[in-house]
Amino acid sequence: MKLSEVRDILDAEIIVGEDSLDLEVQTAFGADLMSDVLAFAKAGSLLLTGLTNTQVIRTANVLDIAAIILVRGKKPSSETITLASELKIPILATKYILFETAGRLYMKGIVGCLPKVETTSGRN
Amino acid sequence: MGETKANLYSESFQIEGGNFNSAGIVSTSIKSILKKLGIPGDIVRKAAIVSYEAEINVVSYAKKAVVNLTVKPGAVLIDVIDEGQGIPNIDLAMQEGYSTADHRIREMGFGAGMGLCNIKNYSDDFHIASEVGKGTHLKMTIQTPST
Ligand SMILES: Nc1ncnc2c1ncn2[C@@H]1O[C@H](COP(=O)(O)OP(=O)(O)O)[C@@H](O)[C@H]1O
Ligand SMILES: [Mg+2]
Repeated sequence: MKLSEVRDILDAEIIVGEDSLDLEVQTAFGADLMSDVLAFAKAGSLLLTGLTNTQVIRTANVLDIAAIILVRGKKPSSETITLASELKIPILATKYILFETAGRLYMKGIVGCLPKVETTSGRN
Repeated sequence: MGETKANLYSESFQIEGGNFNSAGIVSTSIKSILKKLGIPGDIVRKAAIVSYEAEINVVSYAKKAVVNLTVKPGAVLIDVIDEGQGIPNIDLAMQEGYSTADHRIREMGFGAGMGLCNIKNYSDDFHIASEVGKGTHLKMTIQTPST
């Protein structure tokens, strides 16, 4: 689906990336731990998170994340917004909690970027 | 000038320990350099992930570091050589979940003891050496389809 539809489903505010609403996304990953995001998230996915610091943008950049969805009404700092604009990573902000955000997207066809991990320790 | 030994590209970067705002700048640069060199996306991503976790560790635990990026036929090499406290027990540090991170590191979304495991998992070849009171040296190799 297009990022504009993601925005509508989540009643989200576009903080960065008004010009990226035509972007197509199919998968997502949600976590507040960036090491987990680095271990598991796939390129082109949405990143659902409650963290708002600049490391979220750096992590998204490293992984070619399509867009960041900030959940639970979190607002990014001005440094985060500046870096996201610089690196052209869209940020959407929703008031829904992580579980609701994921559920609402899943109902409309967005799936996890991997369904489950392969080993008991969580390692691939 | 042996053609086969020639590096396609090499560059060095500095990282300042304790500077949490700058964490990630070097890996962002490495990523854009490799992209410009036309390295395949999945390899660029691996190189960016390993250099990013290494950079976070330098900022978190060391005084400063030099990062050497070398692109040669068949491989991307990333060396991170820091000056700092070093790692007393490498086996322990390599264990998933082992961490001495403080709240500042956890606030950034790190400090769950996964960094070195991520680095190892995304590298095709990984070496770590450390001396307490001196510093730590990480050597990562990521293979590229040779042309
Ligand atoms: N460059 C380094 N210098 C000193 N200690 C380090 C360094 N890198 C890692 N460590 C030690 O190894 C532990 C595990 O590192 P890592 O796997 O990256 O997890 P985390 O950073 O989340 O703790 C750290 O908590 C720290 O004690
Ligand atoms: Mg770490």
